[in-house]
Amino acid sequence: MLKVQDLYASYGAITALHGVSLEIAEGEIVALLGVNGAGKSTTLKSITGVLRPVKGSITFLGEEIANRSPESTVKKGISLVPEGRDIFGSLTVEENLRLGAYANYERARYKTDLEEMFQLFPILKERFHQAGGLLSGGEQQMLAIARALMSRPKLLMLDEPSLGLSPAMTDQIFDLISGLHQRGTTILLVEQNAERALEIVDRAYLLATGSLEFSGTPDELKRKVDIASVYLGGDDNDHCEVHL
Amino acid sequence: MIDLEFIINTVSLGSLYALLSLGLVFVYGILKLVNFAYGEYIMVAGYAMHVIGQNRGIPWYVTMAVAVLFAAVVSYGTELVAFRPVRTKSLTAMLVTSFAVSVFLQNVVLITISPRARAVPLPAFFSQTLTLGTATIPVRNLVIIGTTIVLLIGLTFVMKRTVLGIAMRAAADKFTTTRLMGVPANLVISATFIISGLLAGVVAIFWVGRSASVDPLIGAAPLLIAFIATVMGGMHSQIGAVIGGFVYGLLFNILSIMLPATMISYRDAFMFVIVILFLLFRPEGIWRGGYTEERVG
Ligand SMILES: Nc1ncnc2c1ncn2[C@@H]1O[C@H](COP(=O)(O)OP(=O)(O)O)[C@@H](O)[C@H]1O
Ligand SMILES: [Mg+2]
Repeated sequence: MLKVQDLYASYGAITALHGVSLEIAEGEIVALLGVNGAGKSTTLKSITGVLRPVKGSITFLGEEIANRSPESTVKKGISLVPEGRDIFGSLTVEENLRLGAYANYERARYKTDLEEMFQLFPILKERFHQAGGLLSGGEQQMLAIARALMSRPKLLMLDEPSLGLSPAMTDQIFDLISGLHQRGTTILLVEQNAERALEIVDRAYLLATGSLEFSGTPDELKRKVDIASVYLGGDDNDHCEVHL
Repeated sequence: MIDLEFIINTVSLGSLYALLSLGLVFVYGILKLVNFAYGEYIMVAGYAMHVIGQNRGIPWYVTMAVAVLFAAVVSYGTELVAFRPVRTKSLTAMLVTSFAVSVFLQNVVLITISPRARAVPLPAFFSQTLTLGTATIPVRNLVIIGTTIVLLIGLTFVMKRTVLGIAMRAAADKFTTTRLMGVPANLVISATFIISGLLAGVVAIFWVGRSASVDPLIGAAPLLIAFIATVMGGMHSQIGAVIGGFVYGLLFNILSIMLPATMISYRDAFMFVIVILFLLFRPEGIWRGGYTEERVG
């Protein structure tokens, strides 16, 4: 469904990605792991078109999408739950969800989509008319996910959805992501919390300082890589040991 | 001293300044740019009234409507031609561009029309007054208040109830995230410039209405007032701009009656002192909160 090949991306003089390649098939749930600063968010930014890749190709459903604008990639069916949630704090929950539906809005199904979100996240129904900024961290994360789902994405990408959440809330969010996958959503999950992520994904990629260190099933990854170093970040933030 | 006349005249002046500030803040909210060409949108609307007014057969309301639309078109045009190409560049590039647009528009009318002031014909009620008890009130001031009420209600509706309005509020807060929702950057920015231009056009009717004339530099004073008012009220929200406009009107009128006759001409200097005090002690303005500082990238 999504194929990233030899992707290079940079912020001015700093090259953040050095030839990253990854692939996701329809219906899969795939993790992209790595310590802080490895280039996970940069990969997602390149896929969504927020960042123009320096080199490389990104194809989605057979179509080249590198250098597309963010507004066109979401219309094609790629939806991002951004790092740090990025909900619109001064807008109500309702308005946040309405904008989520902007890309592929159809009047006839909007109401049913909303009802579906209320089923997944009952709290959003309660908070419907409140400003997004007044929600708790976990509720904001739910809103961010619901907002992304409102565009009916073919591929849902989540950037560190558990960041800053309590363990209980983290469990809830992971259960939810797992549930979304079971309903047939294709998911690319970016996480620092490798241990939790590996429990729910089919395959995983491991990024370190802008290049792929490993790719394979969670079992293979656990056997070959010291997960603790990924999870905790280790002493040096840009390196994780691979025992081959 | 604080009688009905003072109240109505102050509310009227505040209304005009509120609309003025609102037009400036609309663009600032999205682009974080103080658009120095804003005064020129007022100026071009004034010239539109001058030119159309030559033809006595055209009713005044048609003239005014065309002038307002013309300001919106010019504002949109400057966005397309001048601001869009430099939008992703530095904020300094945007500021310099807005200066350039301002000077360019001034020179266009200077060359094609005249460097000197030109008469703008206005309907009779613009110079009539109304007597309410002991108060003598210019009809124009009542029209300003009415127009402002209608516009503020209309804009509130657009911003709260339409998808474009919601998108504009979202974009002022988090521009990139708004694009990730599928909202085209160009749509939001163009809409902002058009609304800003419409407000400038409406303000122009009343601004020009005071002297019934227009000259190439007429935009400078309203730009300054809008800037000062938004600094006082708060640059980061539309509510702040409206509050700032009314506060400016109130302070200005209070100074007008409090200052001895010999110091009246220093009124503007007093306003600057007030602004400096604001910048020192409450730089975020009266109305806190609102948008973040994320720029269009
Ligand atoms: N806006 C930016 N400007 C400059 N450098 C950046 C920016 N964002 C990220 N980087 C750098 O790019 C690298 C990858 O960052 P990022 O993709 O955010 O990592 P991750 O999401 O894996 O934590 C880091 O070295 C980071 O410092
Ligand atoms: Mg990140």
